[in-house]
Formats: sequence, C-alpha cells, structure tokens
Amino acid sequence: MKNKPKIGIFKFTGCAGCQMEIFRMEDEFLDLIKLFDITYWKMAKRNNNEEGWDIALVEGGISTPWEINEIKFIRGKSKFLVAFGDCAISGCIPSIRNWIPQMVSEDIVYEDSSKICSIKLNGIGEYVKVDDELKGCPPDKDNIIELLKSALLEIKPRLRSHPVCVECKLLDNKCLITSEKKACMGPVISAGCGAICPTLNRECEGCFGPMSNPNAAALANIFRSIGLSEKEVKLKFRKYAGMDSEFCLEAGD
Amino acid sequence: MSEKIINVDYIARVEGQGAINIDINKNGKIENLQFKIFEPPRFFESFLIGRRYDELMELTSRICGICPVAHQITALRAVENAMNIQVSDQTRQLRKLIAISAHIQSNVLSMFFLSLPDLMGYESLIAMTKEHIDIVKMGLSLKKLGNDITQIIGGRSVHPVTMIVGGFSSIPNKNKFEEIFKKLLDAKKDAFDTYKLFSNLKIPDFSRKCEHIAISKPKQYAINEGRFISTSGLNIDEINYRNHIYEKQKPYSTALYSYIKKRDSFMVGPLPRVNLNWKQMSYDARNAVITSVVKFPNFNPFVSHLARSIELIHDIDECIDIIRGLSYKEEKPSNIVCKSGFGAAITEAPRGSLYHSYTFDNNGIVKKADIVPPTAHNAYNVEKDMTNFVQKIIDSPMDEISLKCEMLIRAYDPCISCSSH
Repeated sequence: MKNKPKIGIFKFTGCAGCQMEIFRMEDEFLDLIKLFDITYWKMAKRNNNEEGWDIALVEGGISTPWEINEIKFIRGKSKFLVAFGDCAISGCIPSIRNWIPQMVSEDIVYEDSSKICSIKLNGIGEYVKVDDELKGCPPDKDNIIELLKSALLEIKPRLRSHPVCVECKLLDNKCLITSEKKACMGPVISAGCGAICPTLNRECEGCFGPMSNPNAAALANIFRSIGLSEKEVKLKFRKYAGMDSEFCLEAGD
Repeated sequence: MSEKIINVDYIARVEGQGAINIDINKNGKIENLQFKIFEPPRFFESFLIGRRYDELMELTSRICGICPVAHQITALRAVENAMNIQVSDQTRQLRKLIAISAHIQSNVLSMFFLSLPDLMGYESLIAMTKEHIDIVKMGLSLKKLGNDITQIIGGRSVHPVTMIVGGFSSIPNKNKFEEIFKKLLDAKKDAFDTYKLFSNLKIPDFSRKCEHIAISKPKQYAINEGRFISTSGLNIDEINYRNHIYEKQKPYSTALYSYIKKRDSFMVGPLPRVNLNWKQMSYDARNAVITSVVKFPNFNPFVSHLARSIELIHDIDECIDIIRGLSYKEEKPSNIVCKSGFGAAITEAPRGSLYHSYTFDNNGIVKKADIVPPTAHNAYNVEKDMTNFVQKIIDSPMDEISLKCEMLIRAYDPCISCSSH
C-alpha cells in the first residue's frame, strides 16, 4: 500500500472555526486519521514536523509581515495548498477593517500602538499560489470530506459554484427577496451550506463568498429598489468578501 | 545552578498563537516570565463602529470559532439591554440550552483533545487511538452530542444563525429533540466515566490563592445572565463592569491583560464557576463536588479539568430538564424600537466570563464597542500562577519545566484568538 498522504493544518489571522469543522468530524475522525497522516496540526498535536505535506489546509488571512514569510515557507513545502475558509480566501469579516486607516484602528484598541505591527488583511492568494479553495465561514464539513476523498482518489472535487438560490429551490424555500422584500445575498453567493439561513427564515448574509460569475451590481440595484440606502448596500457587500474582486465595487472605497 | 532559559515559541494544543519565555538566573530566581500572545489582532472594536445593531451577533461570532455561541448571546443581550428589549421565557430557555450545548462541546474538546494527552503521557489524542480507543470514542461521542444540540437550535454548530435581537428567526421543531433526548439520557454514564477518569489522573500539586470570578444567580447555575461576583467580595451588576475591571497593555502581547481596580489579577472559567456556584448545580453534579477527591473551593488551576467534568454532568442534566420543559411554540421576536444608548452584558463562555458593551446612536449604529473575552481576563493571572509554579519546580529538568508550563496554560484552556480580537 502507498504511504498515507501527509496533511498539515495551519492557522493564520482568524478564529479557528475552520479547524473546528475538522474537529466536528466526530463520526469520520477515526477514518480520517486512518487514511491520512496529519503531521502538522498545532491545535491538536505537540509533536509536529515540518518536512513537507501532500495537502496543506491553511486557515486565516495574512495580516503581519511574519505571516507572509510563514505562508511562503508552507507553500514551498506543500504539493497541494488549500485556502481553507473565507479568511484564507479574502480575509472574511476581519477584512472590514481594511477600509479604516490602520493607525486609527490601532489607536482605538491600544494605548501604545508602537508595539503593533499589523498590515492590511489579505487572503493567502495575495502572496502565494493557491491550488483550491474551501469556501465558507466556516466551510461545511461535507465539503472538506469531498475534497479529502477526491485527493485520495486523485480526482477533481465536486465543490459547488452555483448560487445559494439553487439550494433554496431544491428545498422548496420561498424566496425572501420576492416574497418578503428581505435583502438576501443568496443570488450572488456560492452554495455549499445547504441554504441554512433562508431555510431558517433569515436572509443569506453571504458567508460562503461570491459564486462564480455573480452579478453583484444587479443585486445591489434590487436592494436599492426594496429600500436599502447606499450605505446599507455597502454594509451588505463589505462583510464576508468585501476584498474579493467580484464584490469590491459594491463594497465601496 | 546555571542560568536557564525556557522558551516555547508556539504553544501546542491550545486555540491560537501564544508562546512562553522564562529566564531563570544562576541563583535559581526567575528574572523574566512572559505568557506572550502573538496572535495577530483583528481590531473588532474598530471595525464594529459604523455597523448596525442587528449585525453584531453575526460579526462578533467570528471572534471565536470555539465559543461563537457565547459571543452571539453576549452581543444580543448587550443590544437588548441598550434598547430596553424584553425577550420571552422561551427565548431565554432556548438561549440557555444552546449555550450549555456549546459548553459541552468546548469542555469536551479541552478535556479530551487538548489536555488529556499530557495527563496520560501522549503527544495527542490521535496518538492515543491505539491503546485507548474507548476513551477516544467516548470523547468524540460527547463532543458530537454538544454540537448536535447546537445545530438543532442554531442551524449549524460553528457560527450558528438563528439567534437574532429579540428572539429566534426559527423555533426548532419538537421532533428534532426526540433522538437527542435519548442520547442525553445515555450520555450521563459517559459523563460519570469522564469525571472518574479525571479524578484518577495525577495532576501537579500546586495551589495559589487568587480572586476567582464568575456570574452567579441564587437559584440557577448561571450561564447567560447573573451578577458578577468573586471569592473576595466583588458583587456588581454587568452595567458597572468598567468601574471595577481594568486592562493594561504588555509590550510583548497583542491581548490586553485584565485586573481588578486597586487589587490584582483574577481567574475566570470552570474552576471559579464551580467554586462559586456549585450549590446551584444539579443533584448529581453537587454530589460529584461533595464526594470529590479534592476539596472545593479549590485554588489549584489544574483542578479546572475536574471542574469541567463536573460541569459536564450538570450540563447534561440541565439539557434534559430544559428540553422536557420547552413549549416549542411558534413566536415572533420581540418588537424593536431603535434608540441611542449604552448596553453591557456578561455571560459565561466555556472558558470563563465574557463582557461586551456597545454605545449606539438613535439609528442603532455602533458608536463604540468594548469586548473582553475570558482569555484576556485570565492572561495576567496565568503569568502570576506560572511564576509561583516554576519557582516550585525550578530544580526539574528543562524539558519537564517546559511541559509543565504548557500544561498550566492548557488547564486554563485559553482561546487566544478571542483574547486578541
């Protein structure tokens, strides 16, 4: 039998929620460690080795100079590098601060900002080549399993890039935009969550990031037509993926 | 004796990025000791300014992937306090149930995945599967139980979605609880076994009297609301928090370190909760306290593991009680009239007291935000504990001192991303 593929799990600027989705695989956990050799996972292991990985799952965005060096080091030692979750893709919610001057943010939080060396928060793709993305805040564990299974079979994972609306239709959900005039982000957001929010009577807020080829401008117009102010439209797009090229116009400057 | 430098540059088996630096001089005295939090800050208190009151639950949830539920409930209660919004009894009970489920998940993660390997001589829980598969399976099944309840109420376990200002967007169906209810009844045995397991494991002999703080209620084991009380006489309402609890910046850390005005550092978490509130726990959990191998109130931070296992017994009992008593009636969230003002809230996150406060303008837009997570409360106390502890074991080999210091930090179960939000 072939050697087990080596996995490294890494955390940068983020909340560890993506790693929690791996811990969330309670039913699959024993299979996971049978099929893969997790050789680096600080949150779960004391003995970690840095010899190199077949798959690197990278959680979190890049917001300090030393993180730039670290991500380049990991890239150099990984065959297949995955941006694991929205923070690693384009910064997610913490990227809202990119619209505020850095010194202003530092002065609000710290008495002495001379000790703080933060830079603009970006996804890891700003600094290294990314082989695939697991969208979501957090990514759904089924998508993680799909990616890992595909890696074992050496095939392309079937990760969805259609909008949340498709999942709503499959579930027979009423449309929250047309029937309740709620500002639902579903039409421009990538599926993969199972349309959790609209199913539970809440508009989609966009935590899986942009779908492929979204028409953000058209949705922004719909939002205006149901009564959102310019500022409110901006808040909608400047949330999980304001830094993404698909949303940056609507997220404003 | 020669000089020693203890240096752990990235502490394993905790959430987030922290380090330990200790310099010991040739007379065996500690010259410098740092619990250094180098997690990059995310400036939540800056970018929340200008956001809407009804987004805070969702935004602050992203402070932490392990305790999103605690941040959500604290943010919601702070908003409701600011705008004088009353919520229904059902909302209170459901919020309590989801908070407890998050405690089960997080406490089990801490006990089994993060700390048990130290106490049993392994590098990780993964390494224990060969010789202790039953223990590993028990941990996984207890953790799943907590996560499944969070998912039933909140739609998913990490960053759930149904809690909103004034109530819930959707009330879970009674049928969904049927299966989980049976599992809860069965899980009691696992909870007792976990308690026995941690009762029999050897922990370092160490104690340091310090102020322990938690929220407290006379007739319930407090989790989402209560007065902020301590073992040294603090007894305040959440709105007065800032008159008593201060923070200071350390040059080597991105988290701010808390202390009580004119007093000292303090501890929050499962041990302070059990010390202060064990009489409000369920019958079986009270019994576990009374018949325990150690005496409560207890000031050995390593007893925190046992305190988590006692809370696990209580948490399962309380889940059973709440699910039995729920009416599952469809109801709309309370009416909201936006107004300007200040609101604060303190809840018990799994790893200790969590404070949020906000100031709003009359459109419900945030003007100021102030958030103090449990690990920011504890960071200063960790350093004080470690100073005393290292002095006690100073003749041990370097590797052992390092490991024991890591174990002390893991006993606090820090959530470092939270602390440097």
